[in-house]
Amino acid sequence: MWSALVDGLFSGVSIGSVLLLSALGLAIVFGLMGVINMAHGELMMLGAYTTVLVQGTLKGTPLFDSYILFALIASFIVTALFGLLLERTVIRYLYGRPLETLLATWGVSLMLQQFVRSVSWEFIIGTTIAIALFMGGTIGIKRIPAKFRDVSTAGIGLVAGTIALQISNALGNMYGLFMTKPWFGAQNQDVTAPQWLRGGLKLGFVDVQFSYVRIFIIVLTVICLAAVYFFLNRTQWGLRIRAVTQNRSMSSCLGIPTDRVDALTFAVGSGLAGIAGCAVSLLGSVGPNTGQNYIIDTFMVVVVGGVGNLVGSIVAALVIGMSSYLYGTFAGQIPVIQDLSKAIGIDLGAQTMAKVVVFALIVVFLQFKPGGLFPQKGRTVDA
Amino acid sequence: MNTTPRRNRSRLLIETLIVVAIAIAMMTVVPGLLNAVGQSFRVGLLGRFMALAIAALGIDLIWGYTGILSLGHGLFFALGGYAFSMFLQLQPPPGATGLQLPDFLVLYGVTDLPWLWKPFESLPFTTIAIVLLPTIVAAILGYLVFRNRIRGVYFSILTQAALIVFFNFFNGQQKLINGTNGLKTDTTYLFGQVMSSPTMQANFYYLTIVLLALAYGFCRWLTSGRFGQLLIAIRDDEPRVRFTGYDPTVFKVLVFAVSAGLAGIAGALYTVQSGIITPKAMDIAFSIEMVIWVAVGGRGTLVGAVLGTLIVNFARSLLSEQYPAFWLFFQGALFLAVVTVLPDGFVGWFKTNIPELVRQLTSKTKISTYPSLENNPDLDYERQVVSDRKSDR
Repeated sequence: MWSALVDGLFSGVSIGSVLLLSALGLAIVFGLMGVINMAHGELMMLGAYTTVLVQGTLKGTPLFDSYILFALIASFIVTALFGLLLERTVIRYLYGRPLETLLATWGVSLMLQQFVRSVSWEFIIGTTIAIALFMGGTIGIKRIPAKFRDVSTAGIGLVAGTIALQISNALGNMYGLFMTKPWFGAQNQDVTAPQWLRGGLKLGFVDVQFSYVRIFIIVLTVICLAAVYFFLNRTQWGLRIRAVTQNRSMSSCLGIPTDRVDALTFAVGSGLAGIAGCAVSLLGSVGPNTGQNYIIDTFMVVVVGGVGNLVGSIVAALVIGMSSYLYGTFAGQIPVIQDLSKAIGIDLGAQTMAKVVVFALIVVFLQFKPGGLFPQKGRTVDA
Repeated sequence: MNTTPRRNRSRLLIETLIVVAIAIAMMTVVPGLLNAVGQSFRVGLLGRFMALAIAALGIDLIWGYTGILSLGHGLFFALGGYAFSMFLQLQPPPGATGLQLPDFLVLYGVTDLPWLWKPFESLPFTTIAIVLLPTIVAAILGYLVFRNRIRGVYFSILTQAALIVFFNFFNGQQKLINGTNGLKTDTTYLFGQVMSSPTMQANFYYLTIVLLALAYGFCRWLTSGRFGQLLIAIRDDEPRVRFTGYDPTVFKVLVFAVSAGLAGIAGALYTVQSGIITPKAMDIAFSIEMVIWVAVGGRGTLVGAVLGTLIVNFARSLLSEQYPAFWLFFQGALFLAVVTVLPDGFVGWFKTNIPELVRQLTSKTKISTYPSLENNPDLDYERQVVSDRKSDR
């Protein structure tokens, strides 16, 4: 009895911590800019793939035992840089249009999924050439009158793409497999946890094994939370971020560079996604669709937790993680649910029903608290 | 003042005639043409894409006109598809009589028809259910969400979550609806004919065209009157609509339900033409794709929704035949391009640029009653003076 309870609690907390870790970046970005980043899951995937790369690079070196620490840093840097790029090139132009941002980031996520499938030297060289040609071309046509610019930009894109395709094909033919072989391909990659994370911790009083990987993730989540808390509440940029979250136009009037605050926040949020991806890679194999498995749950955490509030996210993540785990494991054994299942001919105790029940609960919850657990106080724009 | 309704009526008549003419052309000329160039399989594709266009019309109603972004329309699509294929599964093959248990139920050792299946023995019920089932689900979900003034991205996320929930549910219920494998329709019988037979497929091709035309007319009627103006008002400034004494919730729920019903019809038609419905119809990607069809064509224009669906889907089938890997890149780029460069889609682009182009081509007839600001000598002089003054400093 006790062991089952402790086991359930531990699993619930560990699922919740994964959720929290992946929702953390999303919550900050959403709170600040009202932007839902559909590519957040793919940023996680990018972090996971970075982990795979780091693991492969360090294999056989004495550092291999602690590769996961390097991987964490590397994933953070890679995804943060990518997030910065994304913000500067796309999202910046879409502020105030949240639905469009959602669609645009979804487009980015599709491209990222295909990118990890088909990335190879040939691909990278081809893409670089295409982008370089396109950039050069668009600078070249600055003098063309505005009415022809659309058409000529499209034309340059077409030409740049064709040239790049030809060159990369030629390179592929010249150097063969070295150029054309995909780095990862469509199949899943495996990350093996380092030696010291295998196995689990056994405590005397209960018959439960606490897996080290899950403990590691819980600890990592706590550290990330502390770091984010410190960053938001004790640093100058954190202060600025909080100010812009509360009132963008007033902050702008008072001289806060909202532009840079946006970029920084997005980069930090993306970096956190990378860390989450690194952590997730320890739990199972890593594939192009890894990110997709997490986004909906993380969105739910943000919706339930309320905007711009760390405590809300923590509580929401733990409750959602806990309740879906507990329902999935134990609901089948509760007599009432068994009877009900028989009566309507649908197996309500099945593990897949956990998500259904949790979602229903979330919708019910939103009837009472539409703004989430801790809604923003004050006179908001919504009349 | 008297001329306005009459002119409207004659314009309406012209539009109706055009739609009917296109529909007849789609039925008679286009299949023959495609057959003639040896692309007869594209006729089937065309039928499917036109079914999808019905769903796109629904998306356009809620997104283009009302400004609600639903990312969960695959759910309603699948509900329609499942309703129809459940009916088909229960149809006896020619010769056999009495109740026919679907094969997979026999495989799982189920001997009695589950109660959920029973109503789907009747054709009238199924026909109504295809429309009404998604409508009711959407109405309930919409009411619960809109009532609390949850909107914008929150609503989008919630619809997406609902989609995932139903996806998991359908996936998990093996003994009820065959779980992941879905329900096949191409080997089933309707009126004694196997569904995959050419005549049956041709009939459904015609039915799709008719229903698409009807759906177009219905949406046109909805959006042209005061109801349509209200939808646009909700999109542009919802609080103000509320302050003027309307309750936006009612209209939002209504339009969301209507669009779900359209998606249900689309799902049923698509299912019979593709031969199978699986929970994959509730894939997240598919539902978001529906939005991009509308966006490419031009949101807020019904023609755009239909055209966009056909263009994107044919582009997809052509591209993925040639370069399967590039489709996702292309699609991703399409999302980015449509959002950043072409916010009004192709139809919007044509609407703004073609009159401009025509005017430029025929610029001789330009009437210059009022000198435009650019050619105003006074203004030019003033600008000159101002810039000179600046350079003096």
